[in-house]
Amino acid sequence: MADLLMQQANQALDLAQAAGADQVVAGVGQGQSTDFTFRDGQLEQVQQSASRGLQLILYVDGRYSTHNTTDLRPEALARFVADAVALTRHLQPDPFRQITDPALYEGRAQVELELVDEAVHRIGRDTCLDWLKAMDQAARNDPRVVSASSQVSFGWQAGARVSSNGFSGQREGTQVGYGSGVTLDEGNGRRPEGHRYVHARYLADLPAAEGAAVQALERAQARIGSQKGPSARTNMVVSREAGGQLLGRLQEALSAAAIQQNRSCLADKKDQAIAPAILSVTDNPHLRRGLSSRLYDGEGIAARPQAVIEGGVLRLFYTDTYYGRKLGWQPTGGSASNLAFDLGDKGRDELLAQAGEGYYVNSWLGGNADMTSGDFSFGVQGHRIEDGQLGEPVGEMNITGNYLDLLQNLAAVGNDPNPYSSLATPTLVFEGVEFSGQ
Amino acid sequence: MTDQVRASLAFFGVGEPVLHQVLAAAMERGAEFADLYFQHVQSTSIGLEDGLVNQANTGVDLGVGIRAVTGDQVGYAFSESLELAAMLEAARMAATIAQGGTALAPQALQARAIPQHYGGGRAWESVAVADRLPLVQQVEAKARDLDPAVEKVKVFWSDRDERVLIATSEGILSADRRPMLQLSCSITAHKDGVRQSHGANIARREGIAWLTDERLYRLCRQAVERTMILFEAQRPPAGEMPVVLAAGASGILLHEAIGHGLEADFNRKGTSIYSTLLDQKVAPDFVTVVDDGTQANDRGALNVDDEGQPTERTVLIEDGVLRSYLHDRISAQHYGLDSTGSGRRESFRHVPMPRMRSTYMLDGPHSYDEIIASVDKGIVAETFTNGQVQIGAGDFTFYIKNGWLVEGGRITAPIKDVNIIGNGPEALRNVTMAAADGRLDDGGWVCGKNGQGVPVSMGIPSVLVKSMTVGGVNG
Repeated sequence: MADLLMQQANQALDLAQAAGADQVVAGVGQGQSTDFTFRDGQLEQVQQSASRGLQLILYVDGRYSTHNTTDLRPEALARFVADAVALTRHLQPDPFRQITDPALYEGRAQVELELVDEAVHRIGRDTCLDWLKAMDQAARNDPRVVSASSQVSFGWQAGARVSSNGFSGQREGTQVGYGSGVTLDEGNGRRPEGHRYVHARYLADLPAAEGAAVQALERAQARIGSQKGPSARTNMVVSREAGGQLLGRLQEALSAAAIQQNRSCLADKKDQAIAPAILSVTDNPHLRRGLSSRLYDGEGIAARPQAVIEGGVLRLFYTDTYYGRKLGWQPTGGSASNLAFDLGDKGRDELLAQAGEGYYVNSWLGGNADMTSGDFSFGVQGHRIEDGQLGEPVGEMNITGNYLDLLQNLAAVGNDPNPYSSLATPTLVFEGVEFSGQ
Repeated sequence: MTDQVRASLAFFGVGEPVLHQVLAAAMERGAEFADLYFQHVQSTSIGLEDGLVNQANTGVDLGVGIRAVTGDQVGYAFSESLELAAMLEAARMAATIAQGGTALAPQALQARAIPQHYGGGRAWESVAVADRLPLVQQVEAKARDLDPAVEKVKVFWSDRDERVLIATSEGILSADRRPMLQLSCSITAHKDGVRQSHGANIARREGIAWLTDERLYRLCRQAVERTMILFEAQRPPAGEMPVVLAAGASGILLHEAIGHGLEADFNRKGTSIYSTLLDQKVAPDFVTVVDDGTQANDRGALNVDDEGQPTERTVLIEDGVLRSYLHDRISAQHYGLDSTGSGRRESFRHVPMPRMRSTYMLDGPHSYDEIIASVDKGIVAETFTNGQVQIGAGDFTFYIKNGWLVEGGRITAPIKDVNIIGNGPEALRNVTMAAADGRLDDGGWVCGKNGQGVPVSMGIPSVLVKSMTVGGVNG
């Protein structure tokens, strides 16, 4: 099948060049996924998806455009490509817009990323139903459950990409995931929810399905009786699952595009300490079985591990060819892959004990951030921390601050990275965070 | 057969016998209902950055989604090929949701005429890219003229020409052609060594003729004013306080605090905090909230929903009493009611479910000045960049990008970047005043649910909510 995709990509490239494009990148992707949803003792939904599509990047007379289509019928495709080239001629020329330097395609790592699990291809309907029944039973193991739904999803994706200046690459990967969502009746009209979903490239890397459902139920149970805590400036311990969403926003400010557009609060922080020395983060595209592992990035640049933050010092801006040229910087790859943290030596409970008091945040509700200024404000849920232990559940609260301050107030990094995310945050402790509640 | 349906059948290259055959395949294992959703979307976007219209994207998305339903159970598959063999294969996959039983035959298809709430002008498909370019350039030039502190202007244009054809085993055969225009202007300004960025956008089911000079100018002025005020804005004090929702975009409160909780799928499953509140008093007498698919050319308008039902104006809360949920076909059957025309989906790759269209509150008896004068210490919320809700607990949030501090019954200073959090039923009870200045917001709102995004709109008059938790700084 990989050969077929490569053939289609080359055909599209030829079509675009014949229509007058100077340089062309053509990618063809294909994928399939199957989803089963089970709710309250019965199968609720079965969904099968099979997709394929073509992406074209065109450079025509110093002008640039991108195009996508799922209509691959030969006559429709030929017209689509011809129209795309014609449209590009109407745009304004941009001297910074050039196809990626082929030298950057060189040096692709010779590593086996292990992204395809044959066992995922062999998952059948009966196996899914067995998992779902076990999850459904575990998720509903409390008389207060109003409704529980469990889901299994698995599939694969493949792609081939070629460029008129010599790039050629193929990739393929499997994914499988499952989990449950549980709603309880608290007795006063409120119906707290708990969710737990896990996913991975390899089936063997997932915990037992039933275990995910048990965790979903436990999370819903832990929300019972949730109240607003008092407003305070205090410690915040962030769970390893919630940390990714908090720190993930920083990736926007690390992109050369944001910096060139004067929309990054980190623009002048390169090689400066933006956090205490306990924070070190590495971008590792070669992680075996990693959810974001790859040998080349979105424009074909050979991917390699890079330090993002080293002992608290900012080391990397994600720089693609276009914004690199505008800024006069060497491209480093345009986006993050798998992010790994240098770990501390304490687990969550020890970090709670160390924090003593404050709030433990294990999920977010809405909120946003302005990465030009670094200002943020997020809705939070979790627990009070009292005498170094988890206390009453809290909700309907916000945290408010600025990322530059938050990072400097990082007090501890845990030893427990989240294994089911490409942003593998461990438990994190911040001091002096503004909470608003009662 | 209507001309619109005839043209749509020709466009997708399918005839009634084919539709019948594919529907029958989806029902061959005993499903009680099946439907087909053909969709073709042609989209164009262009971007201006650093003074140049230097990027564009075109896209074509084509396929058919096939659904088989038995009770509350759904089988779904789609095909990006409209070849009969591929459609039959997808139909047979969807059919597996039913476990045997007598196969019912689909009813004869009957094309129906539907009301037209948009689509009067020239179709986007026939507009040349050269016609779009000058409008994008005008936005940049106007925005730069408005303030010398404006440093970067980014303009993003996108339009869609979408065709759908819906056929169901109950005999519905409907076609719709849905335009969408979206234009955004993002600003970064630089003053005394500090940078701020913000922007504005407009989105409606309109053609190119709608973009008059005046509308373009209003967009630019909003974008620049909202950015420049950030230089003076502070964070408010943290904690519980009265919140005045300014008319228009503050309809996000209705969307998050009430709208999602009234989507009937959550209620049929018992997972919404509103599941037991139908026909009960949930707000003061002056509160009437509707969800409406019939507002002409509005972003949330639909001629038919994505199950082929004509849309309507659904009264959710009437004089403070909870009157209706939002229904798709499955929930309507469950409750023994008619669908409210609220079955929507992101694309042919997705199953339909009950969704909002345009959610707004009718005018109340108070005035904006009265509302402000009644607040001793609180805030006004004016522009928003996010919102979310937890259906069961009822907790909802929205993020205020621009607002004002109110002290002693007067507006005293601008505020920025704070999240507001509240509880839906509690916030409704706490709506103590509403003005007579209601309007719909023209912003490009996208509502997300179960991983599916659909365009919506919202509106509200100026409203006072007695108490909500405001993010901010502890004094």
